[in-house]
Amino acid sequence: MKIGRVSGTVVSTISSPVYDSRRLLLCDLLDERGEEPSGDYVIAVDAVGAGAGETVLILDEGNSARQVVDMEDAPIRAVVVGIIDAVR
Amino acid sequence: MKLGRVIGTVVASTKVAGLQGVRFLIVQPLDRDRRESGTPVVAADGVAMAGPGELVTLVASREAALACPDTFVPVDHAIVGIVDEVADLEPQT
Repeated sequence: MKIGRVSGTVVSTISSPVYDSRRLLLCDLLDERGEEPSGDYVIAVDAVGAGAGETVLILDEGNSARQVVDMEDAPIRAVVVGIIDAVR
Repeated sequence: MKLGRVIGTVVASTKVAGLQGVRFLIVQPLDRDRRESGTPVVAADGVAMAGPGELVTLVASREAALACPDTFVPVDHAIVGIVDEVADLEPQT
């Protein structure tokens, strides 16, 4: 899993059915302390109701992602699975 | 998923069984600020509606094949959405 920060949303009307009525979050990936952006990013499906600027836990693995959305054969890989309170 | 821009089409009449009817597009991956990032890839069009110049969401690896009608096919990148808007959110204070 990765640590990221929510910096935007992606709106897509025409998409694979798994993305219907799900929020897509543009997340900047952060370093291991959850502070500095690493320069990379990922677009992830929101499973926890994360908001702008929040530090989040991002899962980037297909099989687990499909379990989270409870859909077999869904073309989905990245999911926001937690909101991080602190990295110590 | 990443953002990408469709920059071309690939026509292949001879394909592995299971890929018939699947469109292939050339997609330039983009960074978070929609600037070109990395080398273009050939991606299956999972929405069957993407066209040149469009901003799309791109999924890679095994999950790409799941965007195709037949889900056990040799595909490593697929378009799973056409992007209407990327909204930068302001952090709430």
